[in-house]
Amino acid sequence: MELNNSKPKRITWWQKNQVKISPWIFLAPGLIFFSIYVIAPIFVSIGISFYQWDGLSPSTYVGLQNYIELLDDEYFYISLWNNVKWLIFFMLAVPIGLGLAIFLNQIVFGIRLIKSLFFFPFVISQVVIGLIFTWFYQPNYGVIAPFLDLIGLEGFSILANEDTATYGIIFAGLYPQIAYCLILYLTGLNNINPEQIEAGRMDGAKGFHLFWNIVLPQLRHATFLAIVVTVIGALRSFDMVAIMTQGGPYGYSNVLAYYMFEQALSEYGYRMGYGSAIATVLFTIMMFYILFFIYRMYRNEREDNN
Amino acid sequence: MFPTPIHQRPIINQYIYKIFLPISLIIWLIPIFGILMTSIRGLGDITAGNMWGTPSEFLLFSNLHDVFTNTPMIKYTLNSFKVTIPTMLGAVALSCMTGFALANYKFRTNLIIFFIFIAGNFVPFQILMIPVRDLTFKIGLYNTITGLVLFHVAFQTGFCTLFMRNFIKALPQELIEAARMDGASEFRIFWKIILPLTRPAIAALCVLIFTFIWNDYFWATVLIQGDHAMPITAGLKSLNGQWITAYHLLSTGSIVAAIPPVIMFFLMQKHFIAGLTLGATKG
Repeated sequence: MELNNSKPKRITWWQKNQVKISPWIFLAPGLIFFSIYVIAPIFVSIGISFYQWDGLSPSTYVGLQNYIELLDDEYFYISLWNNVKWLIFFMLAVPIGLGLAIFLNQIVFGIRLIKSLFFFPFVISQVVIGLIFTWFYQPNYGVIAPFLDLIGLEGFSILANEDTATYGIIFAGLYPQIAYCLILYLTGLNNINPEQIEAGRMDGAKGFHLFWNIVLPQLRHATFLAIVVTVIGALRSFDMVAIMTQGGPYGYSNVLAYYMFEQALSEYGYRMGYGSAIATVLFTIMMFYILFFIYRMYRNEREDNN
Repeated sequence: MFPTPIHQRPIINQYIYKIFLPISLIIWLIPIFGILMTSIRGLGDITAGNMWGTPSEFLLFSNLHDVFTNTPMIKYTLNSFKVTIPTMLGAVALSCMTGFALANYKFRTNLIIFFIFIAGNFVPFQILMIPVRDLTFKIGLYNTITGLVLFHVAFQTGFCTLFMRNFIKALPQELIEAARMDGASEFRIFWKIILPLTRPAIAALCVLIFTFIWNDYFWATVLIQGDHAMPITAGLKSLNGQWITAYHLLSTGSIVAAIPPVIMFFLMQKHFIAGLTLGATKG
């Protein structure tokens, strides 16, 4: 009897445990890959930030030395402050995107094509956008040169001036970002419950009142996504800075992302430890937003399950 | 519908709207018109400062010829495809599996793993830069397309998992339960039931990953150094250094770099938008 039972028993074990084991088989390739290339490097980087290392010769443990140096580094503060400017002014993409979405949410001849043409700066590489705007800003033969002449700023170079360079880059960065927010809001407007709008209109709600009390709350999801991607975009700003000014003049348009790269990997030297310390600061700032995002997803999950 | 449909408004408003719509579009597209027009011009116009007037010569083809023969532009474009397409396939394949696992099975660490994928996806690149560059060195793939692809696949798996998991979770659970009752194995359920249903999600991810990777500049500069493996974004940047004021060539090169994702976008617009809004679209 025992011999007879052994074969079907093995099958039942797999059948019984299939549902328990399968998820791990499906997860394994992706999770291992992601851990090696994304999760582990975060901790390695934080570790490196306590060392002095040029990337080749043996590293020396220096404790908090890199962070103490950061506190005295004028260029670190300039970059950090520029990141704050990015965060504030990049946010303009959200209301502008919303305004444009309301403007374009109509049914007239050719509107589909017009919407597509409004979207598409978003799919163009930031390298290309950066190059276009750099050329626009050229003091003598750039596109805005005639306008600068008009207001008496002949030969003024936006990107070479320490007070204006960052704003010039942010302005260029807004171009694709507005398109991104526009896409999110047009989708949001499309999914709005028409009955609520009609009910609001019946109650005499009009114009701004209708928008603020009935439309905007329904666009919550779009607004949330727009803010998240804009914050992440502002903190990740690297491409535009690298293309347009390389942090110049004298580091005045630098941001943490580019300053880190400059310290760790450019002609200025290979200061891996110091670079990692800058990256860790940037990561810590970003972590607030990431945790906020995850907290919201977690809340939604719980609501879904109840 | 919000705002009030324009055809319910007074006729005068309708006219104003129809006049303002094309004007706003033209203002919006000024940067694009700028490079399109400049790609037609010759060096004469550029040095004469003729940026917005009628081009004195039509030199688009000669500019294209210049860009393609005097620079490694063809090589750069090919490299971009060699990086983009395998990344797209790899990330989508991995995330179909991870997405399925996280959407369909209840186990204790499910949500934690899901949140790890999401968090990793938002991390600043700089915190990964040094270890990833080091790792790529150590496995002998620095300065190769394979090295760049491996990283991209791993990183994009984060976003793709988020997307796939939510998509699969929204599918009717009865289908899976019924198949399980019939004694179908878990792999059969994945292969025969889930995969065919995720086709729209796969399409959306493919377009998105294509654009993300095609436009990547940071990792191309961190992991690649020579022309032989350099994708078009980094290539354009290095050509920019050589061209300096040859804006007609710069514009032509920019257009070449922009064309593939723009075509992809116009062909697959619905999928693209569904992807960006994390599937929050109807129909």
